[in-house]
Amino acid sequence: MNIVVCVKQVPDSAAQLTVEGGNISWGEAPLVINPWDEYAVEAALQKAGDLGGNVTVISMGKADETEALKHSLAMGCNEAVLISDPALAGSDNVAAARVLAAAIAKVDDVGLVFFGKQAIDSDTGTLPAQVARVLGWPTLTLVSAIDELSADGIKVERAIEEGRQVVKSRLPAVVSVIKDYGEPRYPSFMGIRKAARATIPVWALGELGIEAPAPVVAWPEVMAPQQREIATELITGGSPAEIAATLADKIMAEKVL
Amino acid sequence: MTNKIWAYIDQFKGEALPSSWEAIGAGLALAESLGGGVTAIVFGENVGAIAEQAFQYGADEVLVADDATLGDYRAEAYTATLTQLAADSAPEVILFPTTSRGREVAGMSAVDLNTGVLVDVTALEVVDGAVIATRPVYAGKLLAKVQCSAKPQMVTLRGRAFAKPEADASRTGTPTGVPAALSEDEINVKIVDYATVSGGVSLTDAAVIVSGGRGVSNNPNLNPPDDLDEAGQEIWKAQQGFALVGDLADALGAAVGASRAAVDAGYIPYVNQVGQTGKVVAPDLYVACGISGAIQHLAGMRTSKVIVAINKDADAPIFKLARFGVVGDLFEILPPLAAAMKERLGQ
Ligand SMILES: Cc1cc2nc3c(=O)[nH]c(=O)nc-3n(C[C@H](O)[C@H](O)[C@H](O)COP(=O)(O)OP(=O)(O)OC[C@H]3O[C@@H](n4cnc5c(N)ncnc54)[C@H](O)[C@@H]3O)c2cc1C
Ligand SMILES: Nc1ncnc2c1ncn2[C@@H]1O[C@H](COP(=O)(O)O)[C@@H](O)[C@H]1O
Repeated sequence: MNIVVCVKQVPDSAAQLTVEGGNISWGEAPLVINPWDEYAVEAALQKAGDLGGNVTVISMGKADETEALKHSLAMGCNEAVLISDPALAGSDNVAAARVLAAAIAKVDDVGLVFFGKQAIDSDTGTLPAQVARVLGWPTLTLVSAIDELSADGIKVERAIEEGRQVVKSRLPAVVSVIKDYGEPRYPSFMGIRKAARATIPVWALGELGIEAPAPVVAWPEVMAPQQREIATELITGGSPAEIAATLADKIMAEKVL
Repeated sequence: MTNKIWAYIDQFKGEALPSSWEAIGAGLALAESLGGGVTAIVFGENVGAIAEQAFQYGADEVLVADDATLGDYRAEAYTATLTQLAADSAPEVILFPTTSRGREVAGMSAVDLNTGVLVDVTALEVVDGAVIATRPVYAGKLLAKVQCSAKPQMVTLRGRAFAKPEADASRTGTPTGVPAALSEDEINVKIVDYATVSGGVSLTDAAVIVSGGRGVSNNPNLNPPDDLDEAGQEIWKAQQGFALVGDLADALGAAVGASRAAVDAGYIPYVNQVGQTGKVVAPDLYVACGISGAIQHLAGMRTSKVIVAINKDADAPIFKLARFGVVGDLFEILPPLAAAMKERLGQ
């Protein structure tokens, strides 16, 4: 059985964002693989052996958005596919889920699809469950460990608000991975060379055999948050005890306790 | 006859998450413009008490699917039940708390119902009968107004962004029972086990958070046991530092948070991480101890009402967001600060 991992290309997490004329700009900041998705790639590579198949990494984006795919190839994924079509500009998450599901369905004999937890640009965190829903496959989100995996099924640990939950399901299934899974590997030198030379196939809607799903979520306005006027008051004093006492009084005076 | 506005009540083992009541409150505010009242949706097993609470928090009607298949949350079973109800009654807006479950059910049901979901919303307004939501994007570096043109408009609300209504014990009602959509053999996921973390205040619900960063291990006066290796000695030191952070948190009734540097160094588990790749929090008071204030950390706590920073380095960027700052050693400041707070809070 094969594995698919879905990754997104996003502006670096250290980027300063600005809005100019309704367009979001990240200046000179590089575009990178969504940090959460590196954990998904790591999990996919670790588990490929258990299922005995290939790892295909898929990303939906603009025609030149191949950086996240190249990084995944450099980490060790076997194949990469870019889903790109001008008709997909402005897709919302349900639309993206339908497109990604169609792409996953085109890959042979898929047993597991891995996702990151959340994209750090749109910050929605719904796509893994939505792709599962479109495919009609079980959804196992926020997975911190995979305890058992074979063609017969999977047993995972999930992080929920109240602690950890252990669940089992059949395959094929969709898994989103969190940081607790373990540190992602660094691309090897050989991997980087191989990725640099790779030509990445692009699938447009024609190849997927679907029409562009009509988005229903619009972003009529994007703005910079209001700058908060914060007057910082530095607390000083002759001794730690004196500083602590003054600070305690100031905190009490804010009436937030 | 159900209302146009629904509020999904998230529960775990028969207890509603507090942020669920915020959804009822936000729903009642929308109802002032859109008309009608708010219908609360409760799924689970033996959840009659939650239905009663929903009335007390202001729901005008409560739909309850009380069934063994819904005893433990499972995405497929909950989604199918919500989809069926919404397809039958055609609500215009469904509000959810942004919990792991709320996000999932909203997202999946949006697929079934061919609509969209607006996630982690911090403000709602109604313009010409349409709901317009504001949500932070790019880790709160920007704000977006978003709108869903299909119905129902699925919206998940960020915890603590909307006021929780006062419970009114005299408000009662009769819940309406509704069926679960799937039978046990139609559900693919089986729960094997839980390991619940007990006690402590959850970060995302906390009104006060005290966080520690890499600085909590930086005390040259401590003498860690010799039999530890270098990394072990650092963690040992960090434990002494986090004990001081914990004492202040106890005095304030606060949750304990951490920077990624503290988590990555193994000082404290990842569940405590605040920031872009941790939890996004907005408490009334956030005390940052030995945290420099990297952009990814600020992304997780910048909307806290009052920020206090304790840091040795006067140039640390955290001071730019701080209402109060102490340039000093956290090992010296935290013990008297915890004592002073205890005294003022009458402990
Ligand atoms: C993709 C990505 C995602 C990230 N996500 C997150 C995230 O979610 N959350 C997060 O926090 N970070 C995140 N980071 C990491 C972030 O960039 C910083 O590295 C991290 O926040 C630094 O943590 P820190 O402030 O504890 O450590 P440092 O930056 O090392 O700061 C330690 C501070 O402690 C002070 N100090 C030292 N000793 C003392 C003492 N005795 N008393 C008082 N002060 C003292 C120092 O002056 C210093 O300012 C992310 C980074 C990347 C690349
Ligand atoms: N355009 C995309 N192409 C491929 N995968 C994506 C894309 N957008 C999001 N994902 C995946 O879905 C996860 C959750 O994204 P989101 O729901 O958009 O926050 C990410 O961590 C990625 O694994």
